[in-house]
Amino acid sequence: MQISFTLNGRPTTVDVEPATLVAELLREQLDLTGTHIGCDTSQCGACVVHLDGLPVKSCTLLVPALDGASLLTIEGLQGAPGSNRMHLMQEAFREHHGLQCGFCTPGMLMTAVALATEKPDLTEADVRHGLEGNICRCTGYQNIVVSVMAGAAAMNAAKGE
Amino acid sequence: MGNVIGIGAAPKRKEDQRFLTGRGNYVSDIKRPGMTAGVFVRSPHGHAVLRGIDKSAALASPGVIAVLTGDDVADDGLGSLPCGWGITDAKGVPMKEPPFPMLAQDKVRFVGDMVAFVIAETPERANAGAELLKIDYEVLPSVVGVLEAVRPDAPQLFDDVPNNICCDWELGDKAAVESAFKKAAHVAKLSLVNNRLIGNPMEPRAAIAEYEPGTDRFTLWTTSQFPHVVRFLMGALVLNIPQHKLRVVAPDVGGGFGVKQFHYGEEAVITWAAKRVRRPVKWVASRSEGYVSDRHGRDHVTEAELALDETGKFLAFRVNTLANMGGYLSTFGPNIPTNLYGPLLGGVYTTPAIYCNVKVVFTNTVPVDAYRGAGRPEATFVLERIVDVAASEMGIDRVELRRRNMIPKEAYPYQTPVLVQYDSGDPMGCLDGALVAADVKNFGVRKAASASKGKFRGLGYSTYVEACGLAPSRFAGRLGARGGLYESATVRVHPTGQVTVMIGTHNHGQGHETTFAQIVSDKLGVAFENVDIVFGDTDRVQFGMGTYGSRSLVVGGAALSKATDKVIVKGKKIAAHLLEASEADIQFEAGKFSVAGTDRIKTFEEIAGAAYVPHNYPLEVLEPGLEEQAYYDPVNFTYPGGCHIAEVEVDPETGTVTLVNYTAVDDVGTVINPMIVEGQLHGGIVQGVGQALFENAVYDEGSGQLLSGSLMDYCMPRADHLPMMKVATHSTLCTHTPMGVKGCGEVGTIGSPAAVINAVVDALSHLGVTHVDMPATPNRIWRLLQNASLPVAAE
Repeated sequence: MQISFTLNGRPTTVDVEPATLVAELLREQLDLTGTHIGCDTSQCGACVVHLDGLPVKSCTLLVPALDGASLLTIEGLQGAPGSNRMHLMQEAFREHHGLQCGFCTPGMLMTAVALATEKPDLTEADVRHGLEGNICRCTGYQNIVVSVMAGAAAMNAAKGE
Repeated sequence: MGNVIGIGAAPKRKEDQRFLTGRGNYVSDIKRPGMTAGVFVRSPHGHAVLRGIDKSAALASPGVIAVLTGDDVADDGLGSLPCGWGITDAKGVPMKEPPFPMLAQDKVRFVGDMVAFVIAETPERANAGAELLKIDYEVLPSVVGVLEAVRPDAPQLFDDVPNNICCDWELGDKAAVESAFKKAAHVAKLSLVNNRLIGNPMEPRAAIAEYEPGTDRFTLWTTSQFPHVVRFLMGALVLNIPQHKLRVVAPDVGGGFGVKQFHYGEEAVITWAAKRVRRPVKWVASRSEGYVSDRHGRDHVTEAELALDETGKFLAFRVNTLANMGGYLSTFGPNIPTNLYGPLLGGVYTTPAIYCNVKVVFTNTVPVDAYRGAGRPEATFVLERIVDVAASEMGIDRVELRRRNMIPKEAYPYQTPVLVQYDSGDPMGCLDGALVAADVKNFGVRKAASASKGKFRGLGYSTYVEACGLAPSRFAGRLGARGGLYESATVRVHPTGQVTVMIGTHNHGQGHETTFAQIVSDKLGVAFENVDIVFGDTDRVQFGMGTYGSRSLVVGGAALSKATDKVIVKGKKIAAHLLEASEADIQFEAGKFSVAGTDRIKTFEEIAGAAYVPHNYPLEVLEPGLEEQAYYDPVNFTYPGGCHIAEVEVDPETGTVTLVNYTAVDDVGTVINPMIVEGQLHGGIVQGVGQALFENAVYDEGSGQLLSGSLMDYCMPRADHLPMMKVATHSTLCTHTPMGVKGCGEVGTIGSPAAVINAVVDALSHLGVTHVDMPATPNRIWRLLQNASLPVAAE
């Protein structure tokens, strides 16, 4: 079937089997391999993308759900237009050593941006609860939590500017 | 021009940019022209005779290209998967080493054992073809637990391995221990289980293989922690591919923790298949497939006894362990519960006599091998638990009992009775630091506050040491290693003075691209941004043993340090010529070669330029170019250690254990990048906390089915399970590594399980609880509390 949607800000039309998962479409057909597949039970969160601004696990979503929607993947996450910088959340992860092997990182970032967008004054408990669906095996989560709080604060501050 | 960023600084990581922006290059991201897809068909039975496989329907299925089975492996005369260690029993008899075929022949021995490989145009076609294979199994009873496996009537995995015992291994002076026990004022006894774990790196294993007929060369991309070792084991011992015709690439790898430091059958099958079908073949494991094929960790059943005199001095320690090997011997399998376990039973104490017996046992489970810490967490758990048991039984404070037996700082180097000699350490200093950092003196206030909410609060200690930096080759060879354990590094200085390092270790999260660049920047005075680290490709890197056992900085960093020193030595010769001075008068500091006592200087860049444009150059005595290589073989292990203090709160209504505080003060030697070291400690601690509170691989006895076969059933630590940890270092310098480093990759995982369980037992001690097996799940604790709350404690 043909599906038209907005992918990282660009109008996109793909010809794809309807039984294809969004994560597979991104990785196999569109060569956007930043969205990772770490499990087969929708537990790990390495595949989180934004569908119409909300975080979803793309390993559990069939491609017809994309029709007419707007999809943001890690490849489309970026700083202020024209700044040629990473997103403030990406900067915060680098600053606070919020990643080690990098495999869970795209999903963590997409979840973190959604959390910070939804609730500007995140507490540590909010962040820990909000990351419940994203598994990291390297960091013990400590620096991820620190990064998300710092990234959220930076996003908040930028909003005021 | 960037800056020199040296040892002790905490620059942000070089590797982060690609990972943060989704531009990593993991094996599953790679596509090759004409690529096919392969799926493994695995045994659904724990134990069965393989009577026959009918391929015809599968081969007729649309898109299926080939179906390979054990018969094809035999027809091609291929080898079985080699074990890298050969241990012996007390009489010198070698371990039983049955063949581990890459595709099962005659019999399957665990759920997940590989039976066939189906190659098709797409993964969907391959899966459809796999469904059509007709496999005739004669199902046999399975045995999954070690206690059951050694019973005389247990199912036998191999005809020539009686009682399923691979090796009856021992270490230490049995007679000295027996005589010490006779003199003991008190003997503490403890029976425990060290639970079976599944490593779960977030990236599932994957591989792609390609054969180029024009050059007769193979390339294997694989999720490996040690590509050169895979090339050697697979090329030389399994597939008979000459080393120069085989390239193994381990690109970005999404976590390892030991799971990816073995040569797996999947790698060999795919490489072999790529030549048979003359097209690239790709396989990516699902998480569930990983659960029944990634090597598992731990799985011990242990009886321990500690003999003490009337003052609490340890006189002797005796440990008897049954260690599960699973269905076959994996690459390091038999080494883990023996050589990496027994020698650590001395811990940080002056125990004069130690004896350890380990029966290494085959069962119908996934092969067991190294998982972060590998043997050392098991040893630490036994020792640190029994110290608490002894303290409680003798009425001596737990910290005080540890102090009475601790090796004082001034007693180093310290020879233990179990082979190893600790070069340096200060366990008392770590303990003192941790007591302050954990605010132990106000624990009573916190306990009372918990009690007022109806919760039980407990504090647990683990003062521990481990052995890192695998390994001195000669020593390892005596213990049964079938390879060397050195490391290599090449420092290539470009004509413009930038540096590329080729190193044999493998970075899969540890931050090597940053840490190693700091070492070079520090030593050569080159800007941090002008140093790149290359690893993970046998065509680009000379040789290497890879990353495991906290060896990368200790052994690889030492090789890098040596190679860098050689660059300086050559640079001085070039500078002496250019500055018309004696080589002995040339000094090198902060990136400048100078004649001592003068202002005559050549920069590092000028020397590099002269080396590659040798117009004015001592060609008669010196070769052009500036590139040096070093191999480093350590003279001893390193011995990081420290003190961990866990604080838990138990809810008696639900049995839930909450980790409320965690403090670690660790001695990791010289710290190159404190940000990265802290990250390693955090991650390591949480893996140990996972073992203590959440994780458990469970098999069904009889059927051999893995009951914890997915992330829905195997509980991984999540962000909301954990508090903010306090970690700090209290370092003494290693006396034999070039930079004084000891390694930090595994300390967290080694120290933490005992600290957490000691805290749980402490929280419940008023109810008569003296031990809790891992994981301390709500179910287990609630049951314990139901029994304990009877008028007379039932257990």
